[in-house]
Parts: sequence; C-alpha cells; structure tokens
Amino acid sequence: MSSNHLILDAQELKQHYHVKQGVFKPDAVVKAVDGISFQLEKGKTLAIVGESGCGKSTLGRMLTMIETPTSGRLEHMGQDLLSLSKSAQATLRQKIQIIFQNPYGSLNPRKKIGSILEEPLVINSQLSKAERKAKALSIMAKVGLKTEHYDRYPHMFSGGQRQRIAIARGLMLDPSIIVADEPVSALDVSVQAQVLNLMMDLQTELGLSYVFISHDLSVVEHIADNVMVMYLGKVVEQGSREDLFNNPKHPYTLALLSSTPQLSPDKRRQRIKLQGELPSPLNPPSGCAFHGRCQYANERCHQEVPVLREDQTGHLIACHAVEEQRIELSQAV
Amino acid sequence: MSLLELNNLSVKFGPFQAVDNISYQVEEGEVLGIVGESGSGKSVSSLSIMGLIDYPGKVSAERLSFNGQDLQAMPEKQRRKLTGSDIAMIFQDPMTSLNPCFTVGYQIIEALKTHQGGSKKELKIRAIELLTQVGIPAPESRLDNYPHQLSGGMSQRVMIAIAIACNPRLLIADEPTTALDVTIQAQIIDLLIELQRKQKMGLVLITHDLALVAEVADRVIVMYAGQIVESGPAAEVFSTPKHPYTQALLASLPESAAGKSRLDALPGVVPGQYDRPLGCLLSPRCPYATEQCRQVEPDNQGDLHRQVKCHTPLDTEGRPAA
Ligand SMILES: Nc1ncnc2c1ncn2[C@@H]1O[C@H](COP(=O)(O)OP(=O)(O)OP(=O)(O)O)[C@@H](O)[C@H]1O
Ligand SMILES: Nc1ncnc2c1ncn2[C@@H]1O[C@H](COP(=O)(O)OP(=O)(O)O)[C@@H](O)[C@H]1O
Ligand code: SF4
Ligand code: SF4
Ligand SMILES: [Mg+2]
Ligand SMILES: [Mg+2]
Repeated sequence: MSSNHLILDAQELKQHYHVKQGVFKPDAVVKAVDGISFQLEKGKTLAIVGESGCGKSTLGRMLTMIETPTSGRLEHMGQDLLSLSKSAQATLRQKIQIIFQNPYGSLNPRKKIGSILEEPLVINSQLSKAERKAKALSIMAKVGLKTEHYDRYPHMFSGGQRQRIAIARGLMLDPSIIVADEPVSALDVSVQAQVLNLMMDLQTELGLSYVFISHDLSVVEHIADNVMVMYLGKVVEQGSREDLFNNPKHPYTLALLSSTPQLSPDKRRQRIKLQGELPSPLNPPSGCAFHGRCQYANERCHQEVPVLREDQTGHLIACHAVEEQRIELSQAV
Repeated sequence: MSLLELNNLSVKFGPFQAVDNISYQVEEGEVLGIVGESGSGKSVSSLSIMGLIDYPGKVSAERLSFNGQDLQAMPEKQRRKLTGSDIAMIFQDPMTSLNPCFTVGYQIIEALKTHQGGSKKELKIRAIELLTQVGIPAPESRLDNYPHQLSGGMSQRVMIAIAIACNPRLLIADEPTTALDVTIQAQIIDLLIELQRKQKMGLVLITHDLALVAEVADRVIVMYAGQIVESGPAAEVFSTPKHPYTQALLASLPESAAGKSRLDALPGVVPGQYDRPLGCLLSPRCPYATEQCRQVEPDNQGDLHRQVKCHTPLDTEGRPAA
C-alpha cells in the first residue's frame, strides 16, 4: 500500500464509556470500541460489519471527531488529528463528513432544504448568500434533486429523497471522506439501489473515500473494497472483499455469511447454528468474546484473548482455532 | 378445501384503497411468502383477515373463509375465538405488541386461558413448555420477567410462544425478524419453519426480504401498491419472473449485480394516496409501459398456480409478450 494513497490511518482506537451503576456500585466500563486499526485509501470503500451494539456507530463518531477517542491515533493524510489545535481540527473536520441511518431524524423538519444544505457553509465558509445558493443547487443536481426542491421542507420528500438530501448535505464542504452509518438500511430495495448507485457515481466523480457501516452483507459485498468484521468492540476478521466473501475464516464471519438469506440456491451455505445471543458489553465474556456462541471454542478460548494475525495475503483473523488449524479440518464448506 | 381463502378482498381508509381486490389461498402445511415494498398493503391485508382493522378502515370481500367457514358471516364473538386459537398472528414490532405492564408468564397464561382450561399449575407447566419449545434458556426464571428485560430476539420468541400457545392451524407472521440481527433472524426463522413442519401449520410469512422468502417459502405473492401483481411457486417466480415489477425488484438487489457495477434501479417510488396513476399502477415506472398500460388496468392472467397482472407478461427470457 503506497502511502500517498493513504487518506485515513487509524491505530488502536478505543472508546471506553463509564456507565453509572447506582449509588453504591462503582461505575462500569463499556468498551464500545476496544483497539481498532485500519487504513483507508483514496477513492476506496472500507465496510464495517457486525451486529447491533458491536461498536460500529461509535467508531463512526470517532472518525468524524464527534467524539474524542479514549486512546489511539488517527491520521488524515499524515496529519495527526487528535493532537491538533482546536481550530486546525475544525478545518480538517470538514474533510470527514458523516451520513446517518435515519433520514427522518437527521433533517430539521422546520428548515427548507436550501437552508439545511447551506448551514455548513454559513458556519465554515466566507461564501456570500448567492454563492452559497449556487453551491447548494449544484450539489442538489449531483445527487439527483431538482431545483424546485430547494424551497421545500423535509416532510415533503420520500425516504430515498431524504437520504439524497442527507448525502447532499454531507457533500457541501467538499469532503474527501464520507462515513456512512447504515445509509440504506431504512430504504426499500428499489430505492436502496438508487442510493447505492448514487454513492458509487459520486465516488468515481469526486474521488471520495467511504467508511461504509452496515449489517447487510449483500450490500457490503456489492460496494466494499475492504471489509472489517467487528464483534463486541473488536475486529475479528479484516481483509479484501475477496478474502472475506470467497475465503472467510473466522467462525463469526462464517456464521454471519451462512445466516444471510441467499436468493440463488447455489450461493446458499450450510447454516452454522449459533447458540444464544450477543453477550452484554457491560459484562463481556473472558478470553474470546465469541466463545459462548462458537462451536470451535475450547479451554484456551475461555482464557486467552485471540490477537489479530496476518496470513500471507494480508488477511487478518483473530481466532485460536484458525491459528491452530482446527477449522480447516472440520469445516468442509 | 383451502385452509384460508380470500376472494377480492379490499381495505379502504376513506378514499384511499390500501388493499385493492386481492385473492389468494393458503393450504394446510404450506409456507406462503408475501413480499412487496413498504406501503404495499402487506400488513393491512393480514390485519383484515384477523378482523383487526378499526374504524374508519373498511374491509370488504367476496369471500373470506377459514377452513370453509365464512369469517364475515359468523358472529363477532365466534370470529374472535377463532382468530387467536386457530389463526394466530405475530406482529411486525414485538416491542409494541407485548404488553409492557405484565410479565411474560402472565401474558402466555392469559393467551392459554382464553382458549383452553386447566388449573393454574397446569397452565404454568404449559407456559414453561412453550418457552422451552421456542428456545428460551432457563424458562422458569423468565416467567416473572417484564418485556423490557428481554432482548429483541427473546421478545420475538415470546411472541411466537404466545402465537403457538393454542396450536393454531394458520400462523401469519408479519416481518417477524426485521428488527433483529441476521444470526438471531436465522434462529427465529429456523424455529418457525420447524414448528410449521411439525404441526402441519399453514404459515404466511410477510417480509420485504426476497432472499428469505426464496429460501423458505413454497409459494410467493408479490404486492405493489395494494395489489397482487404476481403469484406462484417461489422457485419459479424468482427464477423466471413474469411481472415487470418482480423482475425489477430482483434486478435491484445487490446480489444480482456483478462486482461493483451499477444496480438496475427502478426509477421513482411506490405511488401513495394522491398519486395513484390510471391504468396499470406500475406504468409510470415500468420500462415496458405502452399507451394501453397508461389507460387500462390489466386483468389477472394465468391460473391459480401462477398468476400475473400485466398486459404483456414477460417470457422466460424476461421480455414482454409481443
Ligand atoms: N389506519 C390507517 N389509516 C390510513 N391509512 C393507513 C392505515 N393503516 C395503513 N394505511 C396505509 O395503507 C397502506 C398499506 O399499509 P401496510 O401497513 O399494509 O403496508 P406494508 O406493506 O405492511 O408496509 P411495510 O413494509 O412498511 O410494513 C399504506 O399506504 C399505509 O400508509
Ligand atoms: N454514550 C454512550 N454511553 C455508554 N455506552 C454507550 C454509549 N454509546 C454507545 N454505547 C454502547 O457501546 C456499544 C456499541 O454501540 P454502537 O457503536 O452504537 O453499536 P452499533 O452501531 O454497532 O450498533 C453498545 O453496547 C452501546 O450500548
Ligand atoms: S478464538 Fe475460540 S471461541 Fe473465539 S472464534 Fe476462535 S475458536 Fe471460537
Ligand atoms: S401492464 Fe404495462 S405498465 Fe403494467 S407492468 Fe405490464 S407492461 Fe408494465
Ligand atoms: Mg449503529
Ligand atoms: Mg407492514
């Protein structure tokens, strides 16, 4: 990976929340994100997958500096974002924008589309009123909204159109990175397809890099270059799209893939039945956090936290059974 | 005789036709999938079968029968007894359909009581049995839990336990897993199918997840804007769709596109109350629409085995009939 293409470099990011447990008990610590590292290249898409509560949104909020990490490093094109002065941070923050899951909740219902879009410019730029309007109209055209939509309110739009507005707002400050937190999860399939096409077109046209947060593996397989699978605040497997979908290794990734319904009969995998549900992050299991649901768990898994290991192809996996080559033997996929 | 039979069922809210003359059957031991985008009338049509459409909603049907009994003609009391025991429904949102003020045990026992007798102790034993059956660990300890103490997957299991409490012959499950993570969804669906097979239940599975229906349903109904546009054996409908809307839905799925290419997205959105078009409801979005489509509503073509509501159904190559 040549470093001049590297746009975002995250090292060991952690977000630990202190949660009150009542007057007499000490605060508990929720390790929402617990040591995550990745590199994002210009014009590429890194997808983050995992079940609800595994820390995807928390990671997204750290990348966009909505929240400061408990610890870790975050570099944007070689610049350390966390040690910058507040004003330097504010400028760089414009380069990393976030789009949220819920296009209903994230748009102010009392403001017209025009002023929703121009708001970031009012705060962050010296542009005149006319220049701001011109910019809003040009971005609206890019995301497929019409000029007459400029004076309308959010409730007058469909779910897909609202997601376009949210994307347009994210583009107003000419960002280089968009963190998209479940951007199509609330949309019907025909509209989901429209929005995914739009995101891919914008990536080609503007050279955007995406951090694409999703729990939907078929969407991820379509849009991602690289994939990171999270479980309870940690990365369990990370690699190229091909690694993850053609050669998945971690038992949790295997379970996710086999649980995702497939339209085409020949893509269906033998279902791996998981026991039980996601453990509580307030009281995480010892050793490998997945051991209570994993069919390959042994004594070592109860004791020792597996670390991410890289194989020859750069594919990262954190699993004792994979390291001990216990899975290849039993897993005839 | 079919387990459930509807003929030209409609539901109106004032001038708005939420369900528009739909007809279908469900056989004993059959899994019927109903798919369609948001607002296509999947939930409203099921609620109308259960007799749960409130004023000002208006339900009408030429025939609406369960096991040969006319649901519209029977006294209200008898119908309520039937729906809840022989016909049960699992609702879209488990959080709102379990009563937050009562324990899990109380709610299961109430469901059992309305339809069968027994001492308090017998009912409790049966409640524990049901929770075991739906895969809840340490069921005795769960009886005293309130709904907010349960995870989403667990609430959904309790909903299923209540629905199957009286051994229904027909179970209508409205998006039973939409709010859940995929691994939990897989557990719940496997559970529903296992129960369905064991008890030869008819199962109506409502979802917007086409792949899920492709995996588990025997037959499928595709709804668009309140109408059934296509129906038939699931494998056939998904491999060779005859209706342009079914074709478009399948094409818009990410798994239908090779690699990182553009998806075949149908332009526009489902019409609502104020923009229902003349003629075929898909005509403003349909790539094959003709002048006839914009003026004249198409009839259903085909037989009960495979129906399609289009002037020019697609051939096996996916092209409209000449
Ligand atoms: N009580 C009501 N009054 C007026 N309109 C209603 C009412 N209930 C539902 N509708 C309308 O009827 C149509 C069908 O609704 P329905 O809930 O059946 O959709 P659905 O197919 O289940 O959608 P989803 O996939 O979002 O659950 C929608 O346009 C909806 O807004
Ligand atoms: N502000 C907060 N205070 C305490 N716990 C939090 C906070 N934000 C998130 N969490 C917890 O951190 C974990 C990860 O949450 P989140 O990042 O929202 O997950 P995801 O987006 O993957 O569903 C969850 O257990 C969540 O309850
Ligand atoms: S480390 Fe052990 S418990 Fe964790 S995924 Fe691997 S085999 Fe399973
Ligand atoms: S009737 Fe016409 S508009 Fe309607 S689906 Fe068929 S071809 Fe398309
Ligand atoms: Mg989230
Ligand atoms: Mg519904």
